[in-house]
Amino acid sequence: MTAPTDFTIAEARTALAKRELSATELTQAHLSAIEALNPRLNAYITVTPEVALQQAKAADAALAKGEAGPLTGIPLAIKDLFCTAGTRTTAASKILGNFVPPYESTVTANLLRDGAVFLGKANLDEFAMGSSNATSAFGGVENPWKRTGDDTVLVPGGSSGGSAAAVAARLALGATATDTGGSIRQPAAFCGIAGIKPTYGRVSRFGTVAFASSLDQAGPMARTVEDCAILLGSMAGFDPKDSTSAQMAVPDFAAACARGVKGLRIGIPKEYRVPGMPAEIEALWQQGIAMLKDAGAEPVEISLPHTQYALPTYYIVAPAEASSNLARYDGVRFGLREEGSDLKDLYERTRRAGFGDEVRRRILIGTYVLSAGYYDAYYLKAQKVRALIKRDFDEAWGKVDAILAPATPSAAFGQGEMQDDPVAMYLIDVFTVTANLAGIPGLTVPTGLDSKGLPLGLQILGKPFDEETVFAVGSALERAANFTATPSVRAAA
Amino acid sequence: MSLDTATVRRVASLARIRVEEDELPRLQSELNGILGWIEQLQAVNTDGVEPMAGGGTQALRLREDRVTDGGIQQQVLANAPDAGPEGAAVFFSVPKVVE
Repeated sequence: MTAPTDFTIAEARTALAKRELSATELTQAHLSAIEALNPRLNAYITVTPEVALQQAKAADAALAKGEAGPLTGIPLAIKDLFCTAGTRTTAASKILGNFVPPYESTVTANLLRDGAVFLGKANLDEFAMGSSNATSAFGGVENPWKRTGDDTVLVPGGSSGGSAAAVAARLALGATATDTGGSIRQPAAFCGIAGIKPTYGRVSRFGTVAFASSLDQAGPMARTVEDCAILLGSMAGFDPKDSTSAQMAVPDFAAACARGVKGLRIGIPKEYRVPGMPAEIEALWQQGIAMLKDAGAEPVEISLPHTQYALPTYYIVAPAEASSNLARYDGVRFGLREEGSDLKDLYERTRRAGFGDEVRRRILIGTYVLSAGYYDAYYLKAQKVRALIKRDFDEAWGKVDAILAPATPSAAFGQGEMQDDPVAMYLIDVFTVTANLAGIPGLTVPTGLDSKGLPLGLQILGKPFDEETVFAVGSALERAANFTATPSVRAAA
Repeated sequence: MSLDTATVRRVASLARIRVEEDELPRLQSELNGILGWIEQLQAVNTDGVEPMAGGGTQALRLREDRVTDGGIQQQVLANAPDAGPEGAAVFFSVPKVVE
């Protein structure tokens, strides 16, 4: 029999509905796995067994009455960027101190409405700023995957590194995550799981700690594309509390997974063949193209000419918005306070002590590019290039239904590697930032292993609000790739 | 454009982040590394391009101008740094700002 921690969400729903196991048993199996492995992996900042068991009990009662919702009894990890009423929310930063939100984020409220069980709050890069989970004030996360015959501790990617590691190591059936420049898709690729950043506006940002508001978008991570579709169906939807939330109906994403790709035109952007890209990534991409072709799709070469400018554009827009959003952490109303001789000194000491190196660096960059005399040269220029990047995609949609590209330029790297040069770390997001700048959906699908036995993923990009086609293509790729490898560090191994 | 130490100090002051003198050289070199890399955007022709400000293409909604919540003083103050172990503070407090 499959260990409960190895279930997909779809399988767990069936098993719960047939009463083959109780929600309490399913939750307990995950809590035991967390107890055994989290001290090593550090995927969770806060584990909430009492909350989880109480929610599981309520799920069992609902199941007994035949009143189960779409996620009743499904144990999830919640990225510690989503406010959870009564449970400490840290954004992996010292500056939030022991912040306990008095309100619930819309995403987590939607999941609770549908019956989900919250196992705890997942680790991340501080304020979601990073690509390796190394900037967390609560310590790094270990990727559950290992290179063959090599015990080097690898990073899970970031910023949703804890969410990705928890799902890959079977410490949750799925997780919430957020993606500002690749923070769902890159860690999903590094940990051999699936993850989707939906269209900007598809999921409410209310109650999610803000990083860069015009780029931030929440989405799910899970071990299958269908599971991501199930979770997104619950997380998404119009929310009057977010002024950028789209007033659109939520389609049946899970049903779209079975559509197939016959007749779809799949764009292959030539600019995603970047200098220095490992041959293995190029080979994986070619395999993906062949798989979709075999399934009936038609590959079409396209051009997205401003791709090379996406990262520098991102590193103006995101820090600018961050410097504004993070101004609220001032030591006065909540979070950490360092006393000072006057009010300005209190602000400066609090923010020096509370923010880590990378967050301080980005606030300073953002402050500079928005400051008098530099605004036009940097910020306004970046907003114009952003418009051109979006225009590239708009023109592509005239020729293709979806786009296939690598998710990352490499597999997971070792802890401590790439920490000395901020720009080298930024380059890891080369294939993912474009979707945030253009506001379009992107899905990572685990597609193969590199020569060292580490997972690699491909990414499907889609038209705004056409996640259904993205899921259809992702599912077809998943079926063809038949990725069954598992990480060496996992529950029930 | 390259930042000198005086500019780094000024930007840190604008951002309300304390920077110690001995941190300045490293910070200056990191920021200049990032800004130097960003400089490549100047090569893009953006004549006549409208800047893209938001993440979505949909027009922002207007809502009726009315109070939608309130009367939750205890919740608002619950996380104040000087709330104390006995529960919520009555005010947010700051160092004396009026002589």
